[in-house]
Amino acid sequence: MKIAFTTSGDNLDAPLDSRFGRAPKFLVYDSDANSFEVIDNQQSLNAAQGAGIQSAETVARSGAESLVTGHCGPKAFRVLHAAGIRIFNSDAPTVAAALKQYRAGLLAEANAADVEGHWA
Amino acid sequence: MILAVASGKGGTGKTTVSVNLARVFGSAVQLLDCDVEEPNGHLFLDGDLREEEIVTIPVPQVDESLCDGCSECSRFCQYHAIVSFGTAPLVFPAMCHGCGGCAKVCSRKAIHEVDKRIGIVETVRARNITLIQGRLDVGVAMAPPLIRAVKARLRNGVPAILDAPPGTSCPVITTLRGTDFVVLVTEPTPFGLHDLKLAVDVVRELGIPFGVVVNRVGIGDERVHAFCREENIPILLEIPDDRRIAEAYSKGRLIVEALPEYRGLFESLIGKTMSLKNAGRIVPAREVR
Repeated sequence: MKIAFTTSGDNLDAPLDSRFGRAPKFLVYDSDANSFEVIDNQQSLNAAQGAGIQSAETVARSGAESLVTGHCGPKAFRVLHAAGIRIFNSDAPTVAAALKQYRAGLLAEANAADVEGHWA
Repeated sequence: MILAVASGKGGTGKTTVSVNLARVFGSAVQLLDCDVEEPNGHLFLDGDLREEEIVTIPVPQVDESLCDGCSECSRFCQYHAIVSFGTAPLVFPAMCHGCGGCAKVCSRKAIHEVDKRIGIVETVRARNITLIQGRLDVGVAMAPPLIRAVKARLRNGVPAILDAPPGTSCPVITTLRGTDFVVLVTEPTPFGLHDLKLAVDVVRELGIPFGVVVNRVGIGDERVHAFCREENIPILLEIPDDRRIAEAYSKGRLIVEALPEYRGLFESLIGKTMSLKNAGRIVPAREVR
């Protein structure tokens, strides 16, 4: 299965980004193939509004079934939830550390947004 | 004649100039308060509320029983107001700009438009001035649709003064479009000059003739004047940094009523803008003499 992580870097040692809507990139890890791809999210970084919605659409299209990020706002949450993607909040410093937490079952699944939108 | 009063930097004196200009107009004039997020012109005018109208924009509503999850609506929308992953679409009314496109591209006719309230437009009569102001509802993020509703109430044949919002983004552009002349109010400070330059770029891009009013002359420095000289931009009026003006303003009084010696200044501003507008003089960048 595929798990998406918010990041600013290009590999598993890259930092885990605490934001979802304005995350520079998504690292989508395929646990069956033990490989990953990095998807650019520059579009959402530059969007005046609706970055969370746009980012959620990008993650949904990547085929990820789970998302691990620092925080997730209300519009993003609504879209991810509708797409059937499970959301996990983590404050791990790197993607690799977050993946470890995820595999160990240490991350609780979010059932609501955990921060306000930046436009609220 | 449709005159807009804008700035760049906020707090330079747009409303002061707009309401005092309107008051010294010899005949009937329309004053449009286009700063719909925070209308303040009414504070200086003693008038009667004549009309109040609710303004709405159309937003999509999806009949899920008709939707086949094709996602065309989602692909069409530039604003991420309707999102679908092969499922029933999610609508974000706050993002919707009311273009009606999603309803048009839906092959199943599953989308129809419902009116969503964004604010009100009020019409107030204060002697020769008809004040038309918009008030955006708290929580609504988009001003332009309400500004357009305010401007739609402009009557042909009666001169109009549009008090623009501060800054240079969408609400200001919406206000300035289609006006005959723009008065840019600034203060002679580095901050004033910085934002004046942005406003000048905007007005030139829109191709509207313009001039500058320098308010609170005496504070700051000469750089605004130097800039206008270099750029061949007419300075239409200079208002001195007179504490009595601030006192009158803070009491909600018009300068031309509290300090009648200033009437002449505002009357001359009307004359100057009329003649510049009639000359159709557009001020290009660095015009060579």
